[in-house]
Amino acid sequence: MNGAQDLGGMHGFGPVRQDADDEKFHAEWERRVFGLTLAMGGSGAWNIDMSRHARERLHPADYLASSYYQIWLAGLEKLLRETGIVSADELASGRASQGGTRPPRVLKAGDVAAVLARGGPVDRTPAAPALFSVGDRVRTRLINPRHHTRLPRYIRGRPGVIERLQGCFVFPDTHAHGQGECPQWCYAVRFAGQDLWGPDAEPGTAVLVDCWESYLETADGTRDA
Amino acid sequence: MDDEHTDHHHHAAPASELEERVRRLEALLVEKGLVDPAVIEQLIDTYENKVGPRNGARVVAKAWADPAFRARLMADATAAIASLGFTGRQGEHMVAVENSAEKHNLVVCTLCSCYPWPVLGLPPVWYKSPAYRARAVSEPRAVLADFGVTLPESTAVDVWDSTAEIRYLVIPMRPAGTEGWSEDDLAKLVTRDSMIGAGVALTPDAL
Repeated sequence: MNGAQDLGGMHGFGPVRQDADDEKFHAEWERRVFGLTLAMGGSGAWNIDMSRHARERLHPADYLASSYYQIWLAGLEKLLRETGIVSADELASGRASQGGTRPPRVLKAGDVAAVLARGGPVDRTPAAPALFSVGDRVRTRLINPRHHTRLPRYIRGRPGVIERLQGCFVFPDTHAHGQGECPQWCYAVRFAGQDLWGPDAEPGTAVLVDCWESYLETADGTRDA
Repeated sequence: MDDEHTDHHHHAAPASELEERVRRLEALLVEKGLVDPAVIEQLIDTYENKVGPRNGARVVAKAWADPAFRARLMADATAAIASLGFTGRQGEHMVAVENSAEKHNLVVCTLCSCYPWPVLGLPPVWYKSPAYRARAVSEPRAVLADFGVTLPESTAVDVWDSTAEIRYLVIPMRPAGTEGWSEDDLAKLVTRDSMIGAGVALTPDAL
């Protein structure tokens, strides 16, 4: 979706400001939001793509006006409501009522280290050989899906070259919507700066973006490699 | 650009309001038996105190000192990094990219804040900021200048936008004058920013 999360190439944010301090959290509530988000992420009630999609569906004005952990908090509340785990009334009052959906599991203290060490690998057995090879000239599809996608606007419809075959990965565009993992080959695609930014590109710069196979077509616009 | 407005990158709600909202949410989830406060503490402690860029510095130092490890790292970073004990969440699929006089690598996540947690810990605030996410792909040399890094035009810049679950670790150039150094001493030269590509490794006189 063309939301406020898709920031590549935007102007107006000013210089990159390095942290005066090196604090990971700037208030206790940020710590709690981080912990709650990871704990509920471990409940199996949603997946990481749903989590990202919940954050990017914030109103663009709210997204840009919120601090990082405010966005996480809003995303977590949204997922809890949408899955029926908590109600809007419960969120407002902080007091539990009867009922509500139960998530598949509750993360237990004794399991935290193992769960973090395992992570969530997304590589899957491919159903078909990769369509593209390293060095192939490709073009990203010019599309504007309203759903979750990891194809940023600034590379759509642009020519690039396959740099690396990364693996066969869960497809976020379906996974974020409960439509299955639908694994696809994923490639690092190299885009020359001038193919993205024209004469405003800095000299000698390129961007490499990980693209799922269905984001790509051959350089002449067909899907037949 | 009007400097008056460059500081307005977020208008946080009043802290007291946020504290209360989060306290209410945690109380609710605990009452419903969905989260264990001890789990929250463990998760915070892990990423606040246990996992951080010293892990990545060990990987880089070993790559500098041990050619066989470097070869394994470039061929299969996930396995090579796991052999040092760094695995798991947000580092399930690792790729190492190496800086040289000809090529400088910089890592960003324009769509969110993807970052290799097992080797670098949680990302710094600037990495998550709209300014960095917006500009790293369109004007990386200007962004590097914000960090005090000026590269010659003959050094190409590759920016890696972490749109998938691949997490990138930059292997900075080994500083001159470190021949024969131990991995422990080399690791002291490896900064967090140098492993994102937003900085370079320290020189021996900086220690």
